[in-house]
Amino acid sequence: MNAIETKRLTKRFGMVTAVDALDLTVREGELFSLLGVNGAGKTTTIKMLSGLLKPTDGSARVLGHDLLTELPAIKPLLAVSPQETAVAPNLTVRENLELIAGIYNSDPKRVQRMIDELGLKEAEKFKAKRLSGGWQRRLSIAMALVSDPKLLFLDEPTLGLDVLARRELWQVIESLKGKVTVILTTHYLEEAEALSDRVGVMNGGKLKITGTPREILDAAGTENFEEAFIRLAGGEAK
Amino acid sequence: MKRTFCFAKRNLKEIVRDPISVGFGIVLPIVLLILLSIINSNIPKEAQENMFEIRLLAPGISVFGLSFIALFAALLLSKDRESSFMLRLYTSPMTGGNFILGYALPLLPMGVVQLIFCFAAAIALGLPFSANLFVCIAVCVPIMVVNIAIGLICGTLLNEKAVGGLCGALLTNVTAWLSGCWFSLDLLGDGFRKFAYILPFANAVDAARAAVDGSYADIPGKLWVVSAWAAGLTALAVVIFTHRKKLK
Repeated sequence: MNAIETKRLTKRFGMVTAVDALDLTVREGELFSLLGVNGAGKTTTIKMLSGLLKPTDGSARVLGHDLLTELPAIKPLLAVSPQETAVAPNLTVRENLELIAGIYNSDPKRVQRMIDELGLKEAEKFKAKRLSGGWQRRLSIAMALVSDPKLLFLDEPTLGLDVLARRELWQVIESLKGKVTVILTTHYLEEAEALSDRVGVMNGGKLKITGTPREILDAAGTENFEEAFIRLAGGEAK
Repeated sequence: MKRTFCFAKRNLKEIVRDPISVGFGIVLPIVLLILLSIINSNIPKEAQENMFEIRLLAPGISVFGLSFIALFAALLLSKDRESSFMLRLYTSPMTGGNFILGYALPLLPMGVVQLIFCFAAAIALGLPFSANLFVCIAVCVPIMVVNIAIGLICGTLLNEKAVGGLCGALLTNVTAWLSGCWFSLDLLGDGFRKFAYILPFANAVDAARAAVDGSYADIPGKLWVVSAWAAGLTALAVVIFTHRKKLK
C-alpha cells in the first residue's frame, strides 16, 4: 500500500506557485527524502500533506484517506517534527512527551519507551529550554514518535546541528526504517544519500525526479551525489 | 476532554513557572491596596471621602487585578502561535474547542488564587472576614472569563510585543479608568459614567462591592451585564481562533 499518493497537488500564494502539479507516491515503511534548494517547495509540500495548508488544486490520499475530506481520520496517524524545534520550553523532557502522549491518547508506557530508545534518560528532568540544540531536536523527534505514528514528517531535522549531533540523529532516523513511513526534507545531501530508500528532487515547486540514490546518480551521469543534485535541481536532467 | 485537560495542565505549568507573571498578578494588586490604604489613612475625616475605605477598595482592586489574567492568556497564546510548537499541535487531533478550553481552564484557578491573596491582604488592612468574601470570589468569575476571552482574542490576533502593550498597558488602564475601582465614576461626568456601565468592568466592581457588603439583592442586576459580555467575548474568541486555525 502507498502511504502517500498525490495527483497534480498544487499550492499557490497569490501569483506565486509554491508547489506545481506534484505527482508523488511514497510507499508504506519507506524513508523518502525531499531535496531542493530554499524555496523549492519542500516545506509547503509537507505542510499540505500534514493538513497545515489547504491545497489550491489537485488531490492527495494519505494513509488511504482523502486529504481534503478525511483530515480528522488522518491526523491521529501522522506526526510532524517541524523545521524549528517544536517543544514546550517550560516543560521537562518527560512532561513534553507526556503532553503529546495525552493529546494523541497514546499508551503512557510509550513515554518511557521513547526516553529509553532515544537516549533521553539523562535529560528527562531538564526543562526543554535548558537543553542544547541537539538534545532539543532529539526531544522534538521523540515527541513526534511518542504517538506511534504511521507517517512521520521530519522537516530538516538536523539543521544547525554539529557533526556529532547530526550523526547521532542519523542513527535515530535510520532505526525508524521499515517501522514508520518517513518523509524527510534536508539540505544535507550526504544525509539524504545515507538514509533514504528513495529521493525526490524539487525545484521551483516541481518534482524533477524521484528514485533511489543510485538511480539519481545514474540519471545525472555522475558518481557524486552533490554534483547530481546540482545538475538535477538546476534542471539539467532529462 | 482528555486532550483539553492535558493541554490545560501544560498551560498551567507554563504560567506558574514564569515567576514574573505570577508575581505581577499577585503582588501588584496588593501593593496598590497598601498604598491606597495609606492614602486613605491620611485623608482628613472632614473631607468625607470614602472611596479608599477598605470595604470599597478591596473588591475594586480585586477586579482590577484580574485584568492581568488577560495579559497571561494573551502572552501564552501569542508566544505559542509564534513558535513551531503550535505547528506541531495544529497537526495533532486537537480541535479549536480543545485549544480555547485548554488555555482558559488554568486561568480560572489562577484568578481565584489572585483574589485569595488580595482579600488576605485586605483582611490584614482591616477588612472584616466573613462568608461574603467567598460570595465575592464567586461573583468575580464572570469578569475573570471576560478577561480570559479578551486575552485569547488579543493572543490570537497580535504578536507577543503588541500583546504586551495592549493587554499589559492599555487594558489595565481601561479597567482602572472604566471600573471606578479607586475613584467615583461620577467625577468624570454623566456621559462617561453611562459609557462605563455599558462595559463590564464597572458592573463587576459594583457586584463585587455588593457581595462584600452582603447586599446580595444588588448583585444580579450588575452581574448579568458582566455575564453577557463574558458569553459574547468567549464566543468571539472561539470564532476568531477557529477561523485563524483553519486551513489556509
